[in-house]
Amino acid sequence: MNNNIQTSEQGLKPDIVISVDNLTKRFGSFTAVDNISFDVKKGEIFGFLGANGAGKTTAMRMLSGLSYATSGKGIVAGFDINTQSEQIKKTIGYMSQKFALYDDLKVWENIRLFAGIYGVPDKEITLRTDALLKQLGFEKERDTLVQSLPLGWKQKLAFSVAIFHEPTIVFLDEPTGGVDPAARRNFWEMIYQASDRGITVFVTTHYMDEAEYCNRVSIMVDGKIEALDSPKNLKIQFNAKNMDEVFHKLARKSTRKAD
Amino acid sequence: MEQFLTFVRKEFYHIFRDRWTMIILLVLPIMMLILFGFMMSTEVKNTRFAIYDPSRDAATQGIVNKISMSDYFIFSGYLDSPEQVEEVFRSGKIGLVIVFGERFYENMMHTGDAQVQLIADGSDPNTASTLTMYATRLITLYQQDVMGEMKIPYQIKPEVKLLYNPTLKGSYNFVPGVMGMILMLICAMMTSVSIAREKELGTMEVLLVSPMKPIQIIISKVVPYFFVSVVNLATILLLSVFVLDMPINGSLGLLILISLIFIFVSLALGLLISSAVDKQMVALLISAMVMMMPVMMLSGMMFPLENMPLPLQWLSQIIPAKWFMIAVKKIMIEGLGFSSVVKEFTVLSSMAVILIAASVKRFKYRLE
Repeated sequence: MNNNIQTSEQGLKPDIVISVDNLTKRFGSFTAVDNISFDVKKGEIFGFLGANGAGKTTAMRMLSGLSYATSGKGIVAGFDINTQSEQIKKTIGYMSQKFALYDDLKVWENIRLFAGIYGVPDKEITLRTDALLKQLGFEKERDTLVQSLPLGWKQKLAFSVAIFHEPTIVFLDEPTGGVDPAARRNFWEMIYQASDRGITVFVTTHYMDEAEYCNRVSIMVDGKIEALDSPKNLKIQFNAKNMDEVFHKLARKSTRKAD
Repeated sequence: MEQFLTFVRKEFYHIFRDRWTMIILLVLPIMMLILFGFMMSTEVKNTRFAIYDPSRDAATQGIVNKISMSDYFIFSGYLDSPEQVEEVFRSGKIGLVIVFGERFYENMMHTGDAQVQLIADGSDPNTASTLTMYATRLITLYQQDVMGEMKIPYQIKPEVKLLYNPTLKGSYNFVPGVMGMILMLICAMMTSVSIAREKELGTMEVLLVSPMKPIQIIISKVVPYFFVSVVNLATILLLSVFVLDMPINGSLGLLILISLIFIFVSLALGLLISSAVDKQMVALLISAMVMMMPVMMLSGMMFPLENMPLPLQWLSQIIPAKWFMIAVKKIMIEGLGFSSVVKEFTVLSSMAVILIAASVKRFKYRLE
């Protein structure tokens, strides 16, 4: 995994796949996301951190076309988030914090459904489904209803489904909630594999140990980005032992109540 | 198109893999129809009646025989005194008491003021008036039999003829109502619940981020319920005709056409509800409270609209089931053609267009 950090840090000027410029989202008088700007490079694992209510989910929704920006600009995979959300939708993958798969569909039916929605050709689907199931060790579960899978398996499957159509970027909204540490560790291996294949990973989390796995992290406090760098540099900058300490030094500034 | 078909197939899986959904969609309509058709009919059959008869002559005996022989009444016994009348009503077994005057036969033949009193339990006004009406008719029939040749002078003899439903069958009123209710239930409730479920599980979010167009999501949600509704329509019509003896006097094609329009209205209502709620439970409650109740109360299915206070009558104008029921009655029972249901047709079609437009517009394809 260290290879990855090396390449993005030393940087061969990789292309930028997400570029955000003064993005703001207001709900009435409440500013959920306050003038944020950042870039994400291709193949990078970009951690988007913040306490509950800091605005990270709202920001991610604007980037994935689920929500309109109040002001500011954003380019995702070369498309404008304000005007080209339809094109963006085709080039990204998305995994929600509920690992939203259909419980009453079988494993292969879920894969088939989402692959079909993203326009993967039928032949491809059949081939890639076999390969995927083998890789996950799920061959026997092909015809199992998703509802009878353990949570960790559902999570793996949801992630595999989200990147099945080989998106440029995959957005993961708190992908490890409620999963035990071993399964989380396991899951991050999958994230690295995707990143190695050139898929950019944009992940929100509030587990600070997970922040250490990211190439770069941004920390949001009260709608603003208070810090953005590699975990190593952040620890130096804030004179902290680990990311947890970095986070607490920043989060102390928060005046906003968690929802 | 490929995408769309995959999605429709998925909706069918949801329906066929959930036992309760299957029961609600396919068993409930049949049960409702049978239940309403047989048990909730307003016909009063086999009511037990008692007699207080101080005369005990040929005329009173003849009347008692006449009434006992009808389908509506069963003779239960004679009372010894007028005081017993209240007692027998309190026992709850008797629906009607007939009290004859003294010297009934002689009065009938000579003075012409033979007296008979019908006593029924007024706490249930509908049943009471139906019972007294039946009994009065039977007594009049007896009188006509006896008097036959003699011809009472100056008597007005109304001849009652009930058009379209000569035997006063309750199912004539209930079947159109139940049809409206079942279609409303399946289309509106099931559609709104299935969309709310996707919101609750978080799959809706995933769909909205996908390249699938909102309109595609909506239509593929609606298609399976449309098919199930058509199956139900067929079942209801078959049951109505072969089990409940309903006629289809008018054109079957016209009946199906108006039902399809009503199905569209209900589906659009379901979509509209689902655009407003995020929880299955809320969708269920709204469908039940806001839609089922008015359909039952204000469509004319249970209570005659003409007797309602004006504001309720106005309110009933916006209940789609009311227009559907009127049209179905006209077509099925009265056998009228298209020209007679133009109004209902226009109202329902406009409702369908407005509701579909509103629900498509309101369907949030961005979450905020």
